[in-house]
Amino acid sequence: MTARETVLEVTDLHVSFKSIAGKVQAVRGVNFSLKKGETIAIVGESGSGKSVSIRTIMGILSKNAVIERGSILYDNQDLVTLTEKQYEEIRGKKIGLIFQDPLSSLNPLMKIGRQIAEVYTENYGMSNAEARQKALEIMADVGIPEPEIRYNQYPFQFSGGMRQRIVIAIALANDPDILICDEPTTALDVTVQARILQLIKKIRDTRGVSIIFITHDLGVVANIADRVYVMYAGRIVEQGTCEDIFLDPRHPYTWALLTSIPDMKSREPLAAIPGTPPNMVHPPKGDAFAARNRYAMKIDLDEQPPMFRVSDTHYAATWLLHPDAPPCEPPQALKDRITEMKREAGVL
Amino acid sequence: MNRQEEREVLLNVEHLCMHFHAKAGRRKTLVKAVDDVSFQVYRSETFGLVGESGCGKTTTGRTILRLYTPTSGNIEFDGRSLTGKMTKELQSYLTEHITCIFQDPIDSLNPRMTVREIIGEGLFVRGIHDRAEIDRRVFEVLEKVGLTKEHANRYPHEFSGGQRQRIGIARAIIVNPSMVIADEPVSALDVSVQAQVINLLNDLKREYGLTIIFVAHNLSVVKYFSDRIGVMYRGKLLEVARSDDLYEHPIHPYTKLLLSAIPMPNPLIEKERESLVYDVKTAHDYSTEQPHMVEILPEHFVYGSESEILRYRRELKGDALCC
Repeated sequence: MTARETVLEVTDLHVSFKSIAGKVQAVRGVNFSLKKGETIAIVGESGSGKSVSIRTIMGILSKNAVIERGSILYDNQDLVTLTEKQYEEIRGKKIGLIFQDPLSSLNPLMKIGRQIAEVYTENYGMSNAEARQKALEIMADVGIPEPEIRYNQYPFQFSGGMRQRIVIAIALANDPDILICDEPTTALDVTVQARILQLIKKIRDTRGVSIIFITHDLGVVANIADRVYVMYAGRIVEQGTCEDIFLDPRHPYTWALLTSIPDMKSREPLAAIPGTPPNMVHPPKGDAFAARNRYAMKIDLDEQPPMFRVSDTHYAATWLLHPDAPPCEPPQALKDRITEMKREAGVL
Repeated sequence: MNRQEEREVLLNVEHLCMHFHAKAGRRKTLVKAVDDVSFQVYRSETFGLVGESGCGKTTTGRTILRLYTPTSGNIEFDGRSLTGKMTKELQSYLTEHITCIFQDPIDSLNPRMTVREIIGEGLFVRGIHDRAEIDRRVFEVLEKVGLTKEHANRYPHEFSGGQRQRIGIARAIIVNPSMVIADEPVSALDVSVQAQVINLLNDLKREYGLTIIFVAHNLSVVKYFSDRIGVMYRGKLLEVARSDDLYEHPIHPYTKLLLSAIPMPNPLIEKERESLVYDVKTAHDYSTEQPHMVEILPEHFVYGSESEILRYRRELKGDALCC
């Protein structure tokens, strides 16, 4: 493996929101890095802070948000310190964003082709005819059949999958370095989802963009990601390559996530995670997951676990990895699944 | 009527059609949301209906509930026809025996009613007006779904998504229905909470011997939860089989496509997997032969024309020889 250049580095990011109930600490110390041409996935349930983290990167936080601490290093500048004017040079141009709901990110009253061509006329100062030509090219690139006809249609005439392709085309028109995908396939059918994932992978390979993929579907993660960050209650609790996370998970929350989804084989009762995520106005003192964790120890309630190193690529924030911790095995159901995965792939 | 069978057919849907008239500008079109669908649901089983959005699975469920008046076809429930003119009597029969769990736990609960009122309403409209009796049964059912007595006086907004879905489930089971139609009951929930609700439904199913029609688009959830599964596409039922059979030997090309499209949480194989392609226009030629539902294996039905069925049979034989 050659060391690739890092394009984005998020360090110790803290973001909170002012509310009547108090300060909601949505992101509490997030670190991650993105290398060129790489896809990272951030997984976690709703409210874990994954969307807030990427909104901070894009500089589109709501007014009541406060970036308490931390830095986002991109192209030798700290995005946190930029003014709105400076941000405009980066947002959309260098870092593209694809939302979950393609219908609400398109203008319903504007022809599809015009919405793509606008990027070229506004940002590159092209003439209308040039922009139209470019837009048609990129529409064909993202797999829109008959772009000439589609160019003059409106968003409502497109199906969900086609709309998502348009949104991807708009994001790509700027030729960004980084593409952030916030649950881009959650609203789509599985068959359409498979095609959109293929498209995103193709774009990554042909254009060399780096991708941050936000999702809660572990199947999608396995399909697309090189590295995975698992988030819980505003922190990264485990990070590693796809293989690290799926075949050798170390954090009890990752165990719980992996066993709570039904697999195709068994009919065993699902290992549901008891309880609900913590209230982020008063986040718990120790490990935020302790209250829902069967493997919690006394120290989990008192002190936040640091990131322990498992291997060069694999880190997890759980006291179970401390040298003094009692030996602890993942649940049997998970071990069975991992064995099954390896057997299916013919590794065993 | 009193045939002693191993399994008793509770719901029998025959050639059900539900067509809607739609107007696009001056042009009038006919939308065949459900087109000639037949299936049976046995007592105490879970029948899953899967398909992508717009395939008619929800419409099928709603037509069984008689929220729509079917265009043609017959629905028989426990030996009684549910089609025909909607009378007061049929209405009360329906509400008595079939209830529904909805997808969106926020929109399906009245924000101005307390949990006690929401859950107890079903009893009230069935003529139970004794407050103490209603309270007793509401508390009982709350405990069944994993909530407590104290929750009864709260309003829906005070609950999390998973808890709201529990309220929806409590409301559906308090009247002791024979059948519950669960329309995407977990798709609006987070993964960790999804498992809680699925486990709860499983427990209730066992305890009450409930018959459930489970409508969903997430195949892994449907597979996990259902005894038999029907695959729908564009208003047609394409394949019906026991869930293990369907996953191990999918026959119809669309079912194969659907199965190949589910992302598996296994990075070792998922990265390499290619999903299949299925184009409905070119995949079938029904110009000369009419397609039918054919029982190709015991309890495994597939929709196709005669030559297609022959081909499917040959493919199956080939598979069997390989193994």
